[in-house]
Amino acid sequence: MAQPIPAATPAIEVRGLHKSFGDNEVLKGIDFHVDQGEVVCVIGPSGSGKSTLLRCVNRLEEPTSGTIIVEGLDITDKDTDLDGVRTRIGMVFQQFNLFPHLNVTRNLTLAQMRAKKRNKAEATEVAERNLAKVGLAEKADAFPAQLSGGQQQRVAIARALSMDPDMMLFDEPTSALDPELVGDVLDVMKQLAKDGMTMMVVTHEMSFAREVGDRVVFMDGGVVVEQGKPEDVLGNPQHERTKLFLSKVL
Amino acid sequence: MKPSTRKRLSRGVLYAIFVLAVVAVVLVADGEAIRTNFLDLDVAAETFPGLITIAAKNTVVYTVIAFAGGLLLGLVLALMKLSPVGPYRWAATAYIELFRGLPALLVIFGFAFAVPIAFEWRPPGGSTGAGLIGLIIVSAAYIAETIRAGIEAVPKGQVEAARSLGMRPSWTMVSVVLPQAFRIVTPPLTNELVIIIKDTSLLFIAGMALGDRELTTFARDAVSSQANATPLVMAALMYLVITLPLTQLVAKLERHNKRGR
Ligand SMILES: Nc1ncnc2c1ncn2[C@@H]1O[C@H](COP(=O)(O)OP(=O)(O)OP(=O)(O)O)[C@@H](O)[C@H]1O
Ligand SMILES: [Mg+2]
Repeated sequence: MAQPIPAATPAIEVRGLHKSFGDNEVLKGIDFHVDQGEVVCVIGPSGSGKSTLLRCVNRLEEPTSGTIIVEGLDITDKDTDLDGVRTRIGMVFQQFNLFPHLNVTRNLTLAQMRAKKRNKAEATEVAERNLAKVGLAEKADAFPAQLSGGQQQRVAIARALSMDPDMMLFDEPTSALDPELVGDVLDVMKQLAKDGMTMMVVTHEMSFAREVGDRVVFMDGGVVVEQGKPEDVLGNPQHERTKLFLSKVL
Repeated sequence: MKPSTRKRLSRGVLYAIFVLAVVAVVLVADGEAIRTNFLDLDVAAETFPGLITIAAKNTVVYTVIAFAGGLLLGLVLALMKLSPVGPYRWAATAYIELFRGLPALLVIFGFAFAVPIAFEWRPPGGSTGAGLIGLIIVSAAYIAETIRAGIEAVPKGQVEAARSLGMRPSWTMVSVVLPQAFRIVTPPLTNELVIIIKDTSLLFIAGMALGDRELTTFARDAVSSQANATPLVMAALMYLVITLPLTQLVAKLERHNKRGR
């Protein structure tokens, strides 16, 4: 196991991050951090680069330039054990991305056994515990296709939690859900936040950002325009672009 | 005329044409000649035991070997073709284009002779074994393209989910991508299998010991030794006995797999 990380070290620290897809510069110099135990909500118009930023944090996207430091470890360094770092960063996708050929329990145990080298009994126990946490203990044997979208997303959260991550990244976890299923997923996320999980959440749910977020970051055009306490950024925005965006979504 | 009447009428005409055609064929054909040449019961009785114990058995054995070998080699080629390493990609592409462009008969013939000479190695099973290598080589080229298409059809999010959980690329491929890819390509793979069943009839070109003969070769020999074409009909029926349950089984398997999609 890694030694404990000093409390002052940010969970995630991004410095001067640029990312281009071909000629299209999507991130234009992002400086950004998430402290340990902090819940940071990232908001902004479509195409502003929120997902790209999130995906750079566990290097699903390769940064063009800049540094990303996770728990004091530079993950843009070629010699960093990326797979090891990723087991400490849980990721939840808009489209759930459960493994359709495996039942719920196997979805939760696969990476534990492959990447964490847990044995089957141990992995199954962890899976049961996390399924119970998201309120789906009785769905252990179901296949993803037999679950509602909301249930699938909760399984996906439980899958990420089963790796015992230090932090969780969420990319619009409720955007693909029917409105009546959104609440169940948000409740699970609220509980996680209450339990002290470090979270970076890209979301369009302004009420969630206001209620659960410790900090809100507003992005537009590949830069962080404004950030601060939810009541400040959402209630009393300082920048025109933030005001314009909020007038459309609130 | 009302549309419904017209529709009924045109239906009736289609049925009539069909019935007329069947009747015409039956009338024109020489029923007696067909019966004595193609459906002779004595010849059938004579041929039957060997057709099962030698010919059908060999067809099945050759098919299993060629399909298993083709699947394995095809998988390797598919992974090579998707490799980030250039030379692997080029080699796989060259292989696939080459062997899909040549007649299977030619490749089987070539390998039956070339392998023993080039490697000073006699494959087990004599000339038939060498021919089988040719059949595997050809099948692998087609199967590789099928598997590659399957791998590419697995949504990108699946790989991202596995990688974000810290799974290495190799484990991601083995336990996340390939199981889904194979489900996607089950129907086209069944096609390959059925094609291989029929292509085992090309193995004769390598030269065959009597006990090595598969259905077509066996039937051809029986036709000439008995001066009667009944064995051909029997061989044809045997092919159907092998292929039809197989395609049914796969259809059933596919319905079962839908659960996991
Ligand atoms: N893989 C890619 N290849 C090329 N361009 C991409 C890729 N991924 C994202 N982009 C582009 O990057 C820009 C930012 O995309 P991104 O998904 O980060 O935005 P977003 O803020 O998450 O938007 P949304 O709210 O719609 O999810 C978009 O213009 C998009 O077209
Ligand atoms: Mg996005």
